[in-house]
Amino acid sequence: MEIVVVAPPAPGRLEDLKRRFFATPLQTLLSLISLTIMALIVWKLLDWAVFSAVFTTTGGPEACQAAAGACWSVIAARWRIILFGLYPFEEQWRSALACVSVVVMTVLSCMPAFWTGRRIALVWGAGTGLYYVLMKGGVLGLPYVGEEAWGGLALTLFIFVTTCLIGFPLAICLALLRRSDLPWISRTTGLIIDGVRSLPLISILFTFAVVLPFALPQWLQGDKLYRVILGSALFFSAYQAEIVRGGMQGVPAGQEEAAMALGMSYWQRIGRILLPQAMRNALPATINQFVISFKETSLVVIVGFFEILASGNAAYGTGEWRFAYVEVYAFIAFIYFVFVFSLSRYGAYLERRMAVGER
Amino acid sequence: MVSLLRNQKVRNALLQALYVGSLAATVLACVMIARRNLAEQGITSGFDFLFKSTGWDVNFSLLPATANDPNWWFFLIGIVNTLFLGTTGLVLATIVGTIVGLARTSSNELARLLGRTYVDIFRNIPLILQVFFWYALITHLPTPRAAHEAFGMLLTSRGLYVPVPNVGGTALAAAMLAVIAAIAFPVWLGRTPRLNQPFGERSTIQLASAAGALACAAILLAVGRLPDLPLLDFPALQGLNLKGGLRIPPEFSALAGAIAIYGGSYIAEIVRGGFKAVGKGQMEAALSLGLSPWRVFTQVRLPLALRAMLPILANQYVWLMKATTMGIAVGFTDFFMIVALTINHSGQTLEVIGILMAGFLAINLSLAAVFNRINKAIALKGNQLRG
Repeated sequence: MEIVVVAPPAPGRLEDLKRRFFATPLQTLLSLISLTIMALIVWKLLDWAVFSAVFTTTGGPEACQAAAGACWSVIAARWRIILFGLYPFEEQWRSALACVSVVVMTVLSCMPAFWTGRRIALVWGAGTGLYYVLMKGGVLGLPYVGEEAWGGLALTLFIFVTTCLIGFPLAICLALLRRSDLPWISRTTGLIIDGVRSLPLISILFTFAVVLPFALPQWLQGDKLYRVILGSALFFSAYQAEIVRGGMQGVPAGQEEAAMALGMSYWQRIGRILLPQAMRNALPATINQFVISFKETSLVVIVGFFEILASGNAAYGTGEWRFAYVEVYAFIAFIYFVFVFSLSRYGAYLERRMAVGER
Repeated sequence: MVSLLRNQKVRNALLQALYVGSLAATVLACVMIARRNLAEQGITSGFDFLFKSTGWDVNFSLLPATANDPNWWFFLIGIVNTLFLGTTGLVLATIVGTIVGLARTSSNELARLLGRTYVDIFRNIPLILQVFFWYALITHLPTPRAAHEAFGMLLTSRGLYVPVPNVGGTALAAAMLAVIAAIAFPVWLGRTPRLNQPFGERSTIQLASAAGALACAAILLAVGRLPDLPLLDFPALQGLNLKGGLRIPPEFSALAGAIAIYGGSYIAEIVRGGFKAVGKGQMEAALSLGLSPWRVFTQVRLPLALRAMLPILANQYVWLMKATTMGIAVGFTDFFMIVALTINHSGQTLEVIGILMAGFLAINLSLAAVFNRINKAIALKGNQLRG
């Protein structure tokens, strides 16, 4: 006797739709509500941003104001202010190149090939150095441009990069000090970390920008920009130190004991056994911390820096473009979104990639 | 001497003394220099300034404030404002986050997509940018003359005007308490496992108590009502200005709205994580016991998910509480803005920074303490969390 096994007929497209979205009355209701909301938002947004929008600057602000939709000509007219701030007009290519160097540096450090201590330090050192030379000039025939003229996206990126560059080593130091066997050292460090973590970032930035000059001798004060970066790095390192410490706690105690039994010195144990494994454990949370601190660079607008948010305020704040604030904020939000979203997608990808080894 | 340095104990003691000592010396040196610099400007250190009048005014206060009030009163106003803004923001963010988080965990693909889009967009834009955006949007609303009207509320560039009942303050507060009791008491009754029931079925008692509490609220409102005025005071245009109703200033609504939307996207992720942490076995067991989907949700999934999310939620709340300091960006007189203004006006830099730190430490610690209590009270005993 022959048994014929027949596969059940493949569901038609309509049945598939019904199964996925309209299986029960509740599902149908949910689907319909979601669909209505989506359709409404997408249609309104498209209409505002594309169909009824003005893209050219030919009509000037007046033509734009009359239109029902978005006025993208404000971006066409003011994008240089938003991206480069008050940087001298003829030199703005340098600002653009500096931004590119920072982006390239970030992309390179996302590649596993660069994940050794030396290589990552090299990439970040070179990237930041290139940025600094390009922005400041004074060498190689580039005219000098002081820090007070830096602005826009370029300044935002600079604050972010230097915050990480100073904050990351500091975080590792703080984490090591906090897990020290000597009670006074670990307790004092814990007090510093918890104290900084309990304060809002704005109050730390304010203290470093406005109050610190009172408390430092003249020769130590430095530029306001670098003081604020130091404050922001301190804040970053307090949070990052806890992440690194969490990563260290995930390393089995046997690893360090084995290293000790082999007669490795403290620095060998830390540098070759503990930190590589701890950093691996801490990587997803670290990426998340980078994402958060990139968003938080926008807070320096409060202590009076001309970063991208302030330059956006200036771009629509003057005279004829006063009505076009939504477009300017949408543009800045889009820039932030591109950076932050790609970084957080990368973090999610890393998390998945590492989970493979754990199975 | 050298042999002494070789001794591990001595070296450890020296190392610790060096570390703590150098930190203390740095802080001390900074304070000394600051005191000298301030003294040169004619500012003496000490806390006497707390009792001097400020000479400036605040634009938003829940407590009575004039320029003659002393500095300590202004600090109190700042803390109350921060707590008020923070609590409003937290409650709104929790509501938004719960809805979006439920959408993200729902079995419906479209709802999931909608929730995910929301989270992706609002989580990836800095909070301060959102604050600026909403503030600009509100201050660009039409003038009171051409105000948008909806449900008796007026939307104008001067803020949001909402109707308020014409009822005395005490009576209003008591009526609110009665309404809360009308909701809370039946819920509590429902959760009490065994009830001696001389009065009849549980549902009857629940309904009766709710109706009783609501009746109390109605009586309170009727008694406390101001004479010769309609029950609700609607905002209306009078001349060039708006009269009546309660004005919610643009600064407050922009901040509370931005915190609700931004915080909501973070809380949505926490809610989703909480539901994901509930073991599949628990739900299958509940379903196989024949519970209805609704009861599986309210009696198995939700209580377990709540326990999983509470510690993370507490961290998020502390973060959002600190985010109220963005008030200074749009001119809302929260605690930090009062601190910054006091430094500008009185010059008592060190003392005021100390007050700032103490204030935030107190807020954070008390929030953490509250959540630890809740956490401990609802923690599962034994090993019920096994998947």
